[in-house]
Amino acid sequence: MKKIFSYPTSLNKLTTHYCAGCGHGIVHRLISEIVDELNIREKVIAIAPVGCAVIAYNYWNFDVCEAAHGRALAVATGIKRYRPDNIVFTYQGDGDLAAIGTSETIHAANRGENLTVVFINNAVYGMTGGQMAPTTLLGQKTATTPAGRDASLTGYPLKISELLAQLTAVKYIERVALDSPQGVLKTKSAIKQAFRNQVENIGFSLVEVLSPCPTYWQMSAKQSLDWIRDVMSREFPVGRIK
Amino acid sequence: MTGNEAIAEGAVQAGCVFYAGYPITPQNELTAYMAKRMAEVGRIFIQSESELAAINMVLGVSAAGGRVMTSSSSPGISLKQEGISYLAGCQLPCVIVNIMRGGPGLGNIAPSQSDYFQATKGGGHGDYHSIVLAPSSVQEAFDLMFSAFELADRYRNPVIILGDGMLGQMMEPIYCTRKKRTTQNAQRTTQKKWALTGCKARSPNIIRSLFLAEGKLEEINKILQKKYKKIQVQEQSWEGLFLEDAHTVFVAYGTMARIARGLMYGLRKKGMKVGLIRPISLWPFPLKAFCNLPGVRRYIVLEMSYGQMLEDVRLAVERKKSVEFFGRAGGGIPKEEEILKKFFKKKVEL
Ligand SMILES: Cc1ncc(C[n+]2csc(CCOP(=O)(O)OP(=O)(O)O)c2C)c(N)n1
Ligand code: SF4
Repeated sequence: MKKIFSYPTSLNKLTTHYCAGCGHGIVHRLISEIVDELNIREKVIAIAPVGCAVIAYNYWNFDVCEAAHGRALAVATGIKRYRPDNIVFTYQGDGDLAAIGTSETIHAANRGENLTVVFINNAVYGMTGGQMAPTTLLGQKTATTPAGRDASLTGYPLKISELLAQLTAVKYIERVALDSPQGVLKTKSAIKQAFRNQVENIGFSLVEVLSPCPTYWQMSAKQSLDWIRDVMSREFPVGRIK
Repeated sequence: MTGNEAIAEGAVQAGCVFYAGYPITPQNELTAYMAKRMAEVGRIFIQSESELAAINMVLGVSAAGGRVMTSSSSPGISLKQEGISYLAGCQLPCVIVNIMRGGPGLGNIAPSQSDYFQATKGGGHGDYHSIVLAPSSVQEAFDLMFSAFELADRYRNPVIILGDGMLGQMMEPIYCTRKKRTTQNAQRTTQKKWALTGCKARSPNIIRSLFLAEGKLEEINKILQKKYKKIQVQEQSWEGLFLEDAHTVFVAYGTMARIARGLMYGLRKKGMKVGLIRPISLWPFPLKAFCNLPGVRRYIVLEMSYGQMLEDVRLAVERKKSVEFFGRAGGGIPKEEEILKKFFKKKVEL
């Protein structure tokens, strides 16, 4: 009999610290499967963000570097330029990538660094207690927008993927959603594409994942998935952006 | 060669494989020199979008095992503090050049020594130290780059080269050999077992400064403190002149030490027993230089600041000797006459 499903070598056998229904654990696993399938585990160097996923290195079974909040793509630039034969990816939340790290993000993309970016958009700051993120939806209640996000005070949800798509050096951007089993499969194939692009020296590739944070959305796991499908993906339409 | 160029050439020959920087006066010649030379030797130069990005690129290269450098001047160095703290916390080697200018704020572009506290006392958050070296001539600036990269690797710690706008812009002839050392030094990575290279035939390496487990961070801090102790014992360096018979000793580093040296020779010609202590390592501060000098009655600290190294000199002599101070900052370089006027009552003409 042929074994068709097993635990990825790239994932350590641990229980994660993520809340029930959180998207981080799912994406960690998808990345691990992809790294195994592309047979690049011994070449991979990941950059962990500051955010709920800061200790991703506990779960992944390959080399990982921590970066200061928002600086992942600068750190990744250094590593990839110095070790072009390694496969370097960053894993970042919306606060990390699209608020404090906006400058590092735009300029790494504009230089066309041959990197893979996994961008977890959960529309809040998870780690610090559910504050407003640049991607928080209008009207969404967070710790720092108790009455709901008001455009006249805090502007609009930042569509950093669409912004990055304007840059000539950017090669691949896709937005996916973890709202259903099909969505998870699509997420996997998009992230796999982003890794393949790096292996083939194609250039800067980013996958934005609409990911549930039931804790700070104050919803059940199931409600969170429905909210992604019915509300969040209206603001952030899934599909290939570039 | 200018001081800025000598530092850059020294770095190249010491095996620096990657340089990232953001333009700021008075160190622009350094960045420009690196842009040209790094391409010549097939290494990596990046003009980054900010000093923050530069120091974090440096962190990446260092984590991946490469000898790496960035440079800036005071306001830019302030931005790098976040990264320096992370480099120290992750125990990553690198070299950071600060060609100081006047502050606070945007200040001006005149030479200054006002970043002494920032460089020697940590600078960023957390209990850490960078090793700080202060050249006072163009030749020494070149030579110290080799020590800087060696020390960084030996202790897995950031090393700061603390110069000032005068040293950076000044031209002096220097001896430098361009050949073998360059490539040899660039290939040092292999010995760094902790570096991120991909986990081939080994278990994964992790570079981190976050330690949440109960007691773990304290343990890490103790390891750091032990390392700093060792550096303090082993790496103090200074130049001492005429300390055997001196009654009055100038203490000055960098550009101010050049002025102090001139004064000292002038005064000695007049028969006055004057000496000089010139700290080369500012951290660790050369406490040993102040030991066993029973004949010294007074120390005169000279700085282009309002008294920063002064505090370390006071600690070094433990209030047993008189410590006096002259300093100016923000307006350029002090003149010999004003120093003489303050400290030598009888009119001395050199
Ligand atoms: C310089 C700095 N500022 C602030 C913080 C605090 N902080 C940690 S994580 C975070 C936001 C995390 O949100 P996000 O990037 O969206 O990731 P998530 O936790 O939602 O996965 C903040 C503000 C920090 N660690 N460093
Ligand atoms: S706070 Fe949100 S993002 Fe963080 S682990 Fe919990 S569910 Fe996930």
